[in-house]
Amino acid sequence: MELKNIIVCLKVVPKPEEVKFDPETKRLDRSQARNEINPADKNALELALQLKDKHGGRVIVVSMGPPFWDKYLKLAVAMGADDAVLISDKALIGSDTLPTTLTLARAIQKIGDYSLVLCGEESSDGSTGQVPPGIAEWLGVPHVTYVSDIEVAGEGLARVKRTIKGGHEILEVRMPFVAAVELGCNTPRFPDFRRKRWADREFQPKVWSIADLGLSPEEVGFKGSATEVVELQEAKPPERMKKKISGSPDEVAEELARVLLDLL
Amino acid sequence: MSEKEIWVFVEQDSGEVEETSLGVLSKARELADSKGFKVAALLLGKDVGGLAEEVGAYGAHKVLVAEHSLLERYLADPYFQVVSALIEERKPDTVLFSATRNGRDLAGRLAVRFKTGLMAHVISLDYSEDGRLVGGVPGFGGNIVAIVKHTKGMPQLATVAPGVFEPRKEWSGAEVEVVEPRIDESKVRMRVVERSVGKVLDISKSKKVVIAGMGTGGNLEPAKQLAEVIGADIGVTRPLADMGVAPRDLQVGSTGVVLKGDLVIVLGASGAPHFVSGIRDVGTVISINKDPEAPILEYSDYFAVGDLFEIVPRLVEKLRRGG
Ligand SMILES: Cc1cc2nc3c(=O)[nH]c(=O)nc-3n(C[C@H](O)[C@H](O)[C@H](O)COP(=O)(O)OP(=O)(O)OC[C@H]3O[C@@H](n4cnc5c(N)ncnc54)[C@H](O)[C@@H]3O)c2cc1C
Ligand SMILES: Nc1ncnc2c1ncn2[C@@H]1O[C@H](COP(=O)(O)O)[C@@H](O)[C@H]1O
Repeated sequence: MELKNIIVCLKVVPKPEEVKFDPETKRLDRSQARNEINPADKNALELALQLKDKHGGRVIVVSMGPPFWDKYLKLAVAMGADDAVLISDKALIGSDTLPTTLTLARAIQKIGDYSLVLCGEESSDGSTGQVPPGIAEWLGVPHVTYVSDIEVAGEGLARVKRTIKGGHEILEVRMPFVAAVELGCNTPRFPDFRRKRWADREFQPKVWSIADLGLSPEEVGFKGSATEVVELQEAKPPERMKKKISGSPDEVAEELARVLLDLL
Repeated sequence: MSEKEIWVFVEQDSGEVEETSLGVLSKARELADSKGFKVAALLLGKDVGGLAEEVGAYGAHKVLVAEHSLLERYLADPYFQVVSALIEERKPDTVLFSATRNGRDLAGRLAVRFKTGLMAHVISLDYSEDGRLVGGVPGFGGNIVAIVKHTKGMPQLATVAPGVFEPRKEWSGAEVEVVEPRIDESKVRMRVVERSVGKVLDISKSKKVVIAGMGTGGNLEPAKQLAEVIGADIGVTRPLADMGVAPRDLQVGSTGVVLKGDLVIVLGASGAPHFVSGIRDVGTVISINKDPEAPILEYSDYFAVGDLFEIVPRLVEKLRRGG
């Protein structure tokens, strides 16, 4: 069976270990943090590209975020995506998952003609994992989370491997559907060198505003959200002793044995 | 309905109740008692009526039981249909879930169905003066906690990080109400064709755990030998579970298990935030790493510098000999 559009929702996140908390202002300092494509979204993109290799279709990446994300969309295109859409609008600032899922769903509908929507299992910053099922509800299509593989099983039908407690299950799901793809379930390919050069120089993602999606400022951003952040706190792990034990392997083992025998 | 109700989705699989949802139920009861609310447990399954009384003892005033063959195990479509129809009909104030894979799967969709707020994976839970749900939502692998308030929509939704609240079997006399599950089978667009599950060891309860990280290269032997001499269980970091050398259930961290025991020994793990949130509550942390600057140092009581493949066999030897 020929697949139609395979849409990948891709988010850009700061590396979690590089985000600092400023205890004075109680704000996050992201200025020192490098950004990356959300790790699980790379797995979603890889799965999309594998499906395209087998069954055809067009892989289209969709992101809702600030203009500088276009660099990461170009990276996705260099990896093999056919097209990319960036939904960027000042009105979107402050969106929680309700307006985020609404906006992404509208963009997906505007692209249209899709067989699959692939997301990451969760984002490394927000880690809610609730965006994929939310998008599916707006679209009125089924969703499956914690997906590590998808096979096309026949006309309009896919076999989906889902991780569950203690193992996995295989589901047969009617297309189109939304899948949240498990972090680490495959090895994302490297961007093709020549394609990367082309993408950097010539490719421009489509940029849509909320007006392009028929959304009003009241429906998105802080106003459209159903939760608000009251305050941020640092959750420092407890102070540890940090006793360094070094020496020859034998000396280190000796000292560790002493520590352990004391503890046990 | 005169009194406000807090509902707790009590997850079960083929008749086996997910313990972390019982912890959420006990927490819900505590909140309800302080607010004058009532607590209802939602129990969906096939032939699960017999579990209702037992479930109720963890804090429910009432257990709503819905039985259907399609509900034997979690399946997104029928579960969503049943739960959303019940919410629509009875309009609870709050619905809480354990943030398991299935709890998150269901809650994420309900939030959009009811155009309401959902707090993910909360580690604390309360109500504000004006009756809005307030939760502590961890971000960036757990280093930062956002205090988030529900502002719009009903019911107020939250998923609760597994293991944060202890199940307390301290109540009795819950009313059991059997409800007719409303399932439109023509709108069930998925079915399970295969299932492969093994017995899972719940390492969140283990007193001692030896954790293998990528420094082991996926070779669990050193961890196993050390675990054996000290009577510990085995855990792994995420990349090892990704590689498939250990089941996902043994993965420690923000997307795995949060440990609470007395001791962990971490072999060849760098100490990424998403991993560290799984060992922060452990009594003593010992790690072995060949990089003297590895971030895990910050989170260790004892930090042994060196090659784990050289140190562990010697350590095992010495422990066998009793020092
Ligand atoms: C959304 C999200 C969720 C995540 N959830 C989790 C989670 O739940 N759990 C989790 O673990 N990770 C999680 N991660 C991944 C996490 O960010 C790290 O990538 C991961 O923890 C790294 O695993 P590691 O420390 O084993 O490997 P590495 O970071 O590769 O570290 C290996 C360490 O081993 C040391 N080493 C190498 N060889 C030896 C040797 N011979 N002897 C001694 N030391 C040696 C190295 O110095 C290094 O410090 C998540 C990531 C994301 C984005
Ligand atoms: N702003 C966004 N733009 C595009 N995709 C997103 C965005 N936010 C979340 N997603 C998708 O939803 C998944 C889960 O995110 P979350 O629910 O925030 O943990 C991510 O892995 C992405 O695939």
